[in-house]
Amino acid sequence: MSPPAIRLAGVRRTFIAPDKTTLVALDGLDLEVAPNEVVAVIGPNGSGKSTLLRIAGGLLSADAGTVEIEGRPVTGPDSAVGFVFQEPRLLPWRNALVNVAYPLELAGIPVADREARAHELLRLVGLDGFAAARPHRLSGGMRQRVALARALALRPSVLLLDEPFSALDALTRERFDIELLALWEKTSTTVVVVTHSISESVLLADRVVVLSARPGRVATVIRSPLGRPRSLADLGSARLAEAAANVRAALGRPGDPDPDPATVLGPARSSP
Amino acid sequence: MTGSAAFEGDRPATGRRSVTGTVVPIAIGAVLFLAAWQLIVFVGHYPQYILPDPPTVFGRFVSAWTDGTMGPHAVVTVQEVLLGFLVGAGTGLLVGYVLARSRMANLVLSPYLVAAQSTPILALAPLLILWFGPGLLSKVVICALIVFFPVAVSTLVGLRSVDPRLLELGRSLRASPRQVLLTLEIPAALPSIMGGIRVGVTLAVVGAIIGEWAGAERGLGVLINSARGFLFDIPLMFATLMTIGLLGIFLYGLTIVVERALVGDRG
Repeated sequence: MSPPAIRLAGVRRTFIAPDKTTLVALDGLDLEVAPNEVVAVIGPNGSGKSTLLRIAGGLLSADAGTVEIEGRPVTGPDSAVGFVFQEPRLLPWRNALVNVAYPLELAGIPVADREARAHELLRLVGLDGFAAARPHRLSGGMRQRVALARALALRPSVLLLDEPFSALDALTRERFDIELLALWEKTSTTVVVVTHSISESVLLADRVVVLSARPGRVATVIRSPLGRPRSLADLGSARLAEAAANVRAALGRPGDPDPDPATVLGPARSSP
Repeated sequence: MTGSAAFEGDRPATGRRSVTGTVVPIAIGAVLFLAAWQLIVFVGHYPQYILPDPPTVFGRFVSAWTDGTMGPHAVVTVQEVLLGFLVGAGTGLLVGYVLARSRMANLVLSPYLVAAQSTPILALAPLLILWFGPGLLSKVVICALIVFFPVAVSTLVGLRSVDPRLLELGRSLRASPRQVLLTLEIPAALPSIMGGIRVGVTLAVVGAIIGEWAGAERGLGVLINSARGFLFDIPLMFATLMTIGLLGIFLYGLTIVVERALVGDRG
């Protein structure tokens, strides 16, 4: 049997806050994600959602516990993992095509090959007409599509998304969710998406992982009742509403209002 | 899915402005400047040896360039400026990089750099002439010293200004330190570096003239001294100042062209 795409076991991670106190972001977190599965991670502010994603992606190290991608222990960023951040993080001095080709460039792939691949990826996200456009000429949604295309450049088997559509308006966001699922079907990747939106979590995922307030650990896992493929029509369905109600109940009381230390203190272990 | 999101906003294209839109304001500005100059001479009844009028200065400018008075001096100064600028900007880039990289280097070197920058180059120039002789070398050193600081500081500031989120992206893509420098830090630092270079290039002209005043056989600074001194040709002095000013404008314009090509359209 193939190993899980992602395995986190007993993961603990602390941060030192600017006032020198220690914040325990995650403690005793266990999570396994099967190959080709879509998992949404949801939790109150400060429950360590972004920390979890960065640990799985090798951008942060765990203080304790096991972290594996496809059975390999994670020691740093892995080429099998594609990352999509909350902001597009495009290089403003490069056009869309060269932005998408950036991971291929870093991997030492020849210009002609990487440009062909980047064109193909822009087509995949519906931006084939915008290869020459600089990021500031694109709308917010288009920029995030470019970021998504870039994350797919190295054909990752695991895609990690950190609230990828949270900057978009609600209508655009729902359409993007469906587009993301279409991409997922075409690329056969394992997807972990951190989200703040309950309906988004149920719409996207096979399983919704609900984290507890800090220190974050898995409070409940709720299986989405929706079949595949999904469409915008599912958003109005009674099954989604019922699952969403379960997620909301699991989230319980409004959590700690402090934001996630991984995004506030930055990736480094807060050196002053 | 295509066509759902259009180009953001309907900002007018900020590409080429029309020729009339650029040339006409510059021409009007120049005419006003010359008219004011002429008016001051006229109202104040200033003699030629205090403030010559524009036609006199232009006449002397043309004759100095055609009779071989200006040319040889200008060639020397341009050489000094270019070499001094290249040496100064080169070391500035290098030192700026080292300071950005190493906290320790920053700590140890900064006081000397600031002290050197705060010492007026005018006071230092005679000493440098003594050390490096009255020829090209001393002028290059003086120019380089004066150009070095703004370029070093702007490089330091620029390299440190990279968005940490882009650095995290680079890390997620397993970029090597060299790749981070070439694909993230240097492109992000370019606007800042070019700002330092703009300041540096005009200071290079100042450095060359100061160096020539402190001791030289040839150069526009020498020509100013001669025109004011034994030649007592004040229109020639103004014509020389005009040459220096035009040299500064030309070099500054050149850096702007380079800057546009390098930095490009980032919004």
